[in-house]
Amino acid sequence: MTTSEAVQAVEAVRPATSGWPQEKVAREIRPAPDRYRNAIGKYQVDRSAACASCGRCVEACVYGVHTKPAGYAFTLRPLDHLCIGPECAETAASCVSQCPRQALTVRPNPSAECMGDARWSSDLILSTWHQASTGRPAPPHLESRLGASGGGFDNLRFKFEVAGFEDQFPIAAAGAATADIDTGLDLNHRGDGRPQVHIDIPVYGGGMSFGSVSIHTILGKARAAVAWNSFSCTGEGGYPDRLKPYDDHMITQVATGLFGVREDTIQRVRIVEFKYAQGAKPGLGGHLLGDKNTPAVARMREAVAGNALFSPFPFHSVYSVEDHKKHVDWIKEVNRNCLVSVKVSTPTDVDMVAVGSYYAGAHIIHLDGSYGGTGAAPDIAKKNIAMPIEYAIPKVHKFLSAEGIRDKVTLIVSGGIRTAYDALKAIALGADGVVVGTVEMVALGCVRCACCESGRGCPRGIASTDPELSMLMSLEWATQRLINLNNAWREQMVDALARLGMKSIRELRGRSDVLCCLADEPVSAGEVSQ
Amino acid sequence: MPDRYHIHTVPMPPLFQRVGKFGNVDWREDCSRCSNCVKLRCLYDVYRQESAYNRDPMTPLEPLDGCKACLSCVQGCTKGLLNVSVNPEFLDMGDDYWKPDILLTTWNQADTGRIPVSGAGYRGRFHGPGFDSIWTDMSEIVRPTRDGIHGREYISTSVDIGPKPLRLKFTADGKMLTPPSRLLEIQIPVILDMPAWQAQGAHLAGARIAAAKQLKTLAVAGAGDAVQALPKQLPFVMPLLATDDIGNSRDILESARMAEVRDGPDVLDLAATLNSINPRLLVAVRMPLSPAAADRVVELNRAGLKVFHLCADLHGREILDGGKRGRHIKDSLREVHGRLVKEGLRDEITLIVSGGIALAEHMAKAIICGADLVAVDTALLVALGCRVCRDAHPTGAESQDKCGSAESCPAETDAVDRGYAAQRIVNLMGAWHSQLIEVLGAMGIREVRRLRGEVGRAIFMEDIEKEAFGDLCRVPRSQVRA
Repeated sequence: MTTSEAVQAVEAVRPATSGWPQEKVAREIRPAPDRYRNAIGKYQVDRSAACASCGRCVEACVYGVHTKPAGYAFTLRPLDHLCIGPECAETAASCVSQCPRQALTVRPNPSAECMGDARWSSDLILSTWHQASTGRPAPPHLESRLGASGGGFDNLRFKFEVAGFEDQFPIAAAGAATADIDTGLDLNHRGDGRPQVHIDIPVYGGGMSFGSVSIHTILGKARAAVAWNSFSCTGEGGYPDRLKPYDDHMITQVATGLFGVREDTIQRVRIVEFKYAQGAKPGLGGHLLGDKNTPAVARMREAVAGNALFSPFPFHSVYSVEDHKKHVDWIKEVNRNCLVSVKVSTPTDVDMVAVGSYYAGAHIIHLDGSYGGTGAAPDIAKKNIAMPIEYAIPKVHKFLSAEGIRDKVTLIVSGGIRTAYDALKAIALGADGVVVGTVEMVALGCVRCACCESGRGCPRGIASTDPELSMLMSLEWATQRLINLNNAWREQMVDALARLGMKSIRELRGRSDVLCCLADEPVSAGEVSQ
Repeated sequence: MPDRYHIHTVPMPPLFQRVGKFGNVDWREDCSRCSNCVKLRCLYDVYRQESAYNRDPMTPLEPLDGCKACLSCVQGCTKGLLNVSVNPEFLDMGDDYWKPDILLTTWNQADTGRIPVSGAGYRGRFHGPGFDSIWTDMSEIVRPTRDGIHGREYISTSVDIGPKPLRLKFTADGKMLTPPSRLLEIQIPVILDMPAWQAQGAHLAGARIAAAKQLKTLAVAGAGDAVQALPKQLPFVMPLLATDDIGNSRDILESARMAEVRDGPDVLDLAATLNSINPRLLVAVRMPLSPAAADRVVELNRAGLKVFHLCADLHGREILDGGKRGRHIKDSLREVHGRLVKEGLRDEITLIVSGGIALAEHMAKAIICGADLVAVDTALLVALGCRVCRDAHPTGAESQDKCGSAESCPAETDAVDRGYAAQRIVNLMGAWHSQLIEVLGAMGIREVRRLRGEVGRAIFMEDIEKEAFGDLCRVPRSQVRA
């Protein structure tokens, strides 16, 4: 399905109940550079007082690090975020070797090193910023596929990335017509007469509630979803009026606190999501601090301002899979055109939960693994409770296949999908598509300082409702960064599918034979050639 | 419903300036002294608050221990002069097990008594050795502990220590023949143990005892330290006694509920002597966790001893002959537990495990691996500001003397006030208790007694890795391009 066909399909299934004029957002890739005065790069270029502003560095650097506008007597401060580092510095054409006064030095940027952690290495953050800034995959000097966590997705590789398998996946194949490669996904496989919902990329945005992130973050996510014919999610906490122009690309969440859930909000959208649990705090429910329950938040949640709000775990009205079916039926009755997604966490019996959800009538099963999450959560829960998504995907995929229902349900996964390659690996392990959260925050400038909840909230103005902080970012910029990120991801997906000789992302689902797992111990020849 | 157990925490600010993770700010030349300086706009006001600590205002390095590394100043400075870097002093703390992040989170919990909470998802490695290769389960829909976390339903963390009769015997006319049980119930599955390597200051033992009373648990103390306990504290003291100590410890033994003796040839005689002084006294045998532990526990159980304290090393490893490092608690304790289950002895015996219990999650995971309760040692010193200095790890007399002293210990644990230390220990245990309830609540378990040996409600990395990735082609790491 081409993009224009997909747009027509969207028009055809637009729910009559919404009736609100829907805004269109162009899928245009435009530069959206860092919103701070000094962009951070992997390397830092220092210019000493010995510089004579001769301009040789400007001529030498092909990456635009050095600039000297016409009429300027001095060379400007280096744009060191554009520098590719030692790879260039070792060549004769580098600014360092060309400088007649030895005034230039290149070194790793200590500030960039402060951003990293094992899951989200400094390189991953910088490469995500590059993708959000340019709309293109990151340059080779930034690692954009893997973190440094030493396990899970970081321990998996596609065979075409591994020496010894090149014959099976020739690079020449990547040159095949990539324009024909389809990354779209249908979400309704039940054949129950409800409308088909198609998304153009196998990725949509995770739930972030009104109150937990700034309004520009919410709207930016929604607008990028419109541009890419995908979805964003309201999270628990109501459906702000400003999201009405994007109804067709919003998922509204019915979570355990039922905050802000009304018939109207359910009837407005094409997908309704039941949230049983979330990966960052599985089995624990949510807690909105009294300070964050501002009058606007309280009005949306139909609660009293200033009171702490508990979102219990689990649904108080669900004690069994039969109760669960009752709830799914309730949603389907209220909105006869919507699809129902069920978001669950990853316990040891996640496979049984998935099967139960299918038989209860869910169109989409959304697994949220334990290492993800964007909001505040107890550290003990984030690290220790429930299994990482990498393990849950094959478990559920195989179980659904054995049950004979794999093709009747859409399996969407989230919780630690950081890169396009993570998404591809998740799909190869058995998912249909992925939901992302943290990567969108990083694209908007998050440095993962983990201060989302303290004081006035996010110091970068992404996850804060503070009037001053939330104005650090404009809506246009936020939208463009996310549109760009999706494009960069799609390009990488198309490239990888071309290497694998596939025409559609749907062909990749469950093809774990194109993956390999790294082993520390020596592996016998027989195992390698399996 | 029983009275709710509650740990009363009180904020106890640290006595010394904290070693921060980030924040050595260096300036490049050219500051224009603009009026819009990012130092004034720091969201956390770190520059102003910490100016008093800056040793030299002219230095190009400005240590900012409270910096969160949000990088707003670095990116906002009009001339791009600022850099923040990771603090090397922070990275230098602790060792490969007691990592700087563990020290920092322990300090924060001892400061406030609150659960560590942060945003932006998990940040650590995917898995690691020992406890880091276990995930606890959660219950998705059906569960008995609805709202346990938020206080509307009670989750019990109390455990029983002592012999439990598996069946009751009666005479033909209904009179019970089984002697009454001597179970000792404590309210958290933790006892406060002596740090493994430090020479024991009497005031630290006093702090542990005071904290144990407040926490309604037990504190291990040497015979010399136990003497100082007030009469009302004696039920919360667990003296560690040798044969020579008994003469001076009669008063303590009459009031104490439990005592500990080291394993050795005379352990049975010693236990019998203690019980002759106080027949209700529970006697635990303190022994190294080693491959021979299971055999020894079974042997001593036959001789009538029912409580065993298995001590791993500082890093949670078995203690082997010749100082070699053995298996982690996770593996060796499961072996001991499994052996006792197989022999039908498990419910008669109480297993206490210690060594390497550094975080609240270790407590839960050790219990899942088969312990009834844990003993915390090094973490209590860390709560007082200890950095687990590398130089002090050898157990030689010289390093023991220096450890904690004002001349060598940045936290000066030797001089810390007893009441202050006790409250910080209480705060740490309060935070651990809350975290244990989080884990139990997520699993849908109403009491920690039922967590013991519940390996079916845990996910072990070795098993799940095989299940999930076992059918994938495996290649050596060296075959992959860097």
